[in-house]
Amino acid sequence: MAAVVNALELNNISKTYGNNCVVSELNLAVAAGESLAIIGHNGAGKTTLMKLILGLTQPSSGSIRLWNNTLNAQRTAASYKPIGFLPETVAFNGGMTARHVLNFYARLKRQPPSQCDELLELVGLTAAAGRRISTYSKGMRQRLGLAQALLGQPQLLLLDEPTTGMDPFLRRHFYRIIRERQNEGTTILLASHALTEIEAQTDRVVIMKQGCALIHGSLNELRTAAQLPTLITVTLMAGQTDTLLHAVAPAIRHRRVNGEQIEFSCTEANKLTLLRCITQRRDCIKDVQMTAPRLDDLYTHFVNGSVD
Amino acid sequence: MRAIASLALEEFQESLRNRWALSAIILLATLAFSLALLGSAPMGETKASALNITTVSLSSLSIYLIPLIALMLSFDTIVGERERGTLLLLLTYPVARWQVVTGKFVGHLVILAITIFLGYGSTGLYLLFSTTGSSGDWSLYVSMMCSSLMLGAVFVAIGYLLSVRVNDRATAAGLAIGVWLFMVVIYDLLLLGLLLSANGQNLTPELLEALVLLNPTDAYRLFNLSGADAAALLATSSTVAQSTAMTTPTALLGVLALWIVAPLAIAILLFQRREL
Repeated sequence: MAAVVNALELNNISKTYGNNCVVSELNLAVAAGESLAIIGHNGAGKTTLMKLILGLTQPSSGSIRLWNNTLNAQRTAASYKPIGFLPETVAFNGGMTARHVLNFYARLKRQPPSQCDELLELVGLTAAAGRRISTYSKGMRQRLGLAQALLGQPQLLLLDEPTTGMDPFLRRHFYRIIRERQNEGTTILLASHALTEIEAQTDRVVIMKQGCALIHGSLNELRTAAQLPTLITVTLMAGQTDTLLHAVAPAIRHRRVNGEQIEFSCTEANKLTLLRCITQRRDCIKDVQMTAPRLDDLYTHFVNGSVD
Repeated sequence: MRAIASLALEEFQESLRNRWALSAIILLATLAFSLALLGSAPMGETKASALNITTVSLSSLSIYLIPLIALMLSFDTIVGERERGTLLLLLTYPVARWQVVTGKFVGHLVILAITIFLGYGSTGLYLLFSTTGSSGDWSLYVSMMCSSLMLGAVFVAIGYLLSVRVNDRATAAGLAIGVWLFMVVIYDLLLLGLLLSANGQNLTPELLEALVLLNPTDAYRLFNLSGADAAALLATSSTVAQSTAMTTPTALLGVLALWIVAPLAIAILLFQRREL
């Protein structure tokens, strides 16, 4: 047996509602302390996956293991304990204050009320803690959602599209909190529909489509697997386009943008060759722009099978 | 146990916050007061005491009002939280589903108890200190309040059953009204129609008794009428009341208790099977 404990293991998980297969034969292992992002369209099965892990629904087939304990239909209350969950659209009783609601959840998790004040401070809601939640903005609600998820130092955090409604500043703050928790050993599972957003936030990425995991690995591994072209746009002096094209190896695909611009799309392998070729003729070149494949392109590539 | 207490407290605080409890107390108190003040008018000051008349007339009012209040309180408890999305989060906490239902039930029961005891109790106190009430039977008034609470609990449990079963609040509300109409109004009309058309034939007293016991509101009615010898005061109910005179108060309370436990148990069972 390997020494690494998996915080979460999904073995051949399938979930069907009627004839509709939401998750099909999914295998996934998340090591303790790892952070993993699940990326997919709306309806790719991310939320269902979270519900399965939380035991809110039962898988049609397959098994789920949390810290090497198999989840069964009769979950014991104790098995919930180390999990924190932030739902996609977090909802609270709007008539109550944030402090009241957080206290209520703390009691359910058997945590001291003092923790509530710390968490409200952490997510920056101390000033608004005495206000009714119905007066809160979406971002504030989301932050309160994070606060309740962090109650009781969970060992596994499930975050379902956590940053919807947050501005970039809050988003950065949010991910800083998450990273701190990860450094303390918390396992993070994060669902999102935007790959760009979780860049540099997670160790590993799983891309889901129609309930299946298309691919998983680190972002660099995904880049290598996708073999997406790097775009190099060269702006030349007037009438110099053919001079450059003659010099460049014909294997590199190119496209004339206009009379003075050429766009090359090259692979990792011939990128440097092209650049060398360009620099040798720098006297006839005005400008060079390089665009590495963006994360959105990666995502589109894996979901659609091509970049559009 | 702590989880149940937390959930009950939350439910209780919510109904205080949204003024539900307050308006229910005012409603019950107003009606009880008007009955106490008006009730003695047609009777004069003779025969039955004002307290006994109030007990009987309040119990017949409660048959309509208490189920309605209880259903209003309970119909959206699960389905409403589901629709708002708070249930999803709650169930990821270390609470079992039966604890959620039980906790809410305890909370609602406390609210109902406070509503009934404050609403009806205030009138009782008024009668106690006014001269007319001194001669009446206080135990009847108290047992009327207690059985009203049981009747309320029955319909809270039925409300949960609806709430667990349906998918949206509107359906739950519609069904709640349907249940109220059937059990409180239509059932008795059907029974009365059966009684008249059969004209005593085919319909044995035992069968009639069984039919009456099937409905918790009738059990409540009988309990309060058979207790008060003022049963004869209410002509409309007297037919049923007399034909089942052998029904003991204990049996009637048993029927009410069964009507609390059974829907609640089924609600918990359905809730546990429910996928979210």
